[in-house]
Amino acid sequence: MTRKTIHDIAHARAGDKGNTSNISVWVYDPKDYPLLKRQLTAERIKQEFPKLFTGTVTRYEMDDLHGLNFVMLDALEGGVNTSLNLDSHGKSFSYLLLGLPIEA
Amino acid sequence: MNSMETIRLGCGAGFSSDRLGPAIDLAQRGALDYLVFECIGERTMAFGHRDRMLDSTRGYNPQLRARMRGVLAHCHANGTKIVTNMGVANPRAAALLVIEIARELGLTGLKVACVEGDDVTHLIGPDTEFMDHPGAVKDVGLRMVGANVYLGVEALLPALQAGADVVIAGRIADPALFLSPLVHRFGWALDDWTALGRGTLAGHLMECGMQITGGYFADPGFKDVPRLADCGFPIAEVSADGSFVITKLDDTGGCVTPATVKEQLLYEVHDPAAYLTPDVTANFRGVSVTQVGPDRVRLTGADGSVRPEKLKVTIGFDGGFLGEGGVSYAGPNARARAELAANVVRERLTRINQLGGDLRIDLVGLNALHQTAETPVSDAADIRLHVALRSTDRDDIDTMLWEVESLLCCGPAGGGGYRGQVTPCVVTHSCLIARDQVSPTFEMFVA
Repeated sequence: MTRKTIHDIAHARAGDKGNTSNISVWVYDPKDYPLLKRQLTAERIKQEFPKLFTGTVTRYEMDDLHGLNFVMLDALEGGVNTSLNLDSHGKSFSYLLLGLPIEA
Repeated sequence: MNSMETIRLGCGAGFSSDRLGPAIDLAQRGALDYLVFECIGERTMAFGHRDRMLDSTRGYNPQLRARMRGVLAHCHANGTKIVTNMGVANPRAAALLVIEIARELGLTGLKVACVEGDDVTHLIGPDTEFMDHPGAVKDVGLRMVGANVYLGVEALLPALQAGADVVIAGRIADPALFLSPLVHRFGWALDDWTALGRGTLAGHLMECGMQITGGYFADPGFKDVPRLADCGFPIAEVSADGSFVITKLDDTGGCVTPATVKEQLLYEVHDPAAYLTPDVTANFRGVSVTQVGPDRVRLTGADGSVRPEKLKVTIGFDGGFLGEGGVSYAGPNARARAELAANVVRERLTRINQLGGDLRIDLVGLNALHQTAETPVSDAADIRLHVALRSTDRDDIDTMLWEVESLLCCGPAGGGGYRGQVTPCVVTHSCLIARDQVSPTFEMFVA
């Protein structure tokens, strides 16, 4: 069995406001939504990236549209005008979530 | 107006440096009622203040002249009005520039309104407290360059009602640039929270330009976008009940699908049931997204409730300089050589030069963007050492760049391709102020 990642079943976009990052994740096929909802939890994201997402992680569910929105406080190494990350907006963090393994 | 009528809104820019060609295309062929340019971010707002301090006739969007030269005659010919925040930190100078361009183009009688009142620098003092974290202005330890409040529909409406062909403002909440023409033309009441919530959804989806027509979306093999290089800017066809269709010009590249719309729906949104603007608390939770034709997606079901009591202010501070320098290593053992170079630079800067400021060293190709998130899993054969230093002391920045460049002869084997650059920085914080402390005004200029 090949190992699946969230990237195989979903797409995502990250945005920033101050030092807060949000990442929305949307399944391509509504059938995969329960799987995504079960395995991509706020607790898991905090556990996977403890050094990056140091603040509270909150999950909002968009059941009708089959998507999840994660809001991460203190997640942008200070924010766009302070961070020394080349990607100071944290735009590429969407692909951090998409790279996580998922078990079908 | 007739309740069956729709208003056609186009987006001509979703950020300060957005493309010009697709905006001219929309002005020419979009049959638009309004063309909106959204050009301010937290960073560009502060840069506007800095530009105005250096030259009192500047401080507006640097692309204003090119954009107006490109679209003004088409908009005039097609009866399309322009709404924009390209005034940034100097809407008055921006309006005068638009008048000058209108005269050059022979557009006699063109009415340009400049909207002011967002600059609230005078209301901010050392004891002003921040909204999202503890601390006050005096704790930052940097020079304040300016503060702007996010204004809403009430700031733009009088200018539209007075018949302006071009409305040019500074810090307006992005969705309000699109919501204002809807309120003006449909006569929505300013406490019709449902209508304002729906119009805010339209504005929110449009405000980033191509991010809803296929830009910032493509992921080859997973999310393919046709003719991305020719991507068109979006059009919203809005009905009087606030429902709308997002589309684009037929023969442009890109795509409008439920997937492109959904990604933008929650872009920079926290709680989907409470998206705060100066005009309304918008609720996107019950939104339906339906493909109703090729590159046509219909949105219904947004709602709203009473607007927030206070207004948000962004305060900009002079953050000194960001220096960035780099050298590349490739081929056998590239990772070890790049890591050695990183260690040498760190030692030279901290132990020998005793530099202050914030330092970060990345190995691009191995782990840079995600350095703080995960450990690298594989070696790469082509790695770039990237050194970043932020400091208020320009000499420290120059020392850092010199140290990185010196690796060419003094560092590990095979390093090449030094580049270095220095960028001025701003630091921003937010606070809240009472609505009654703000009183926006407008002035009309005629070409």
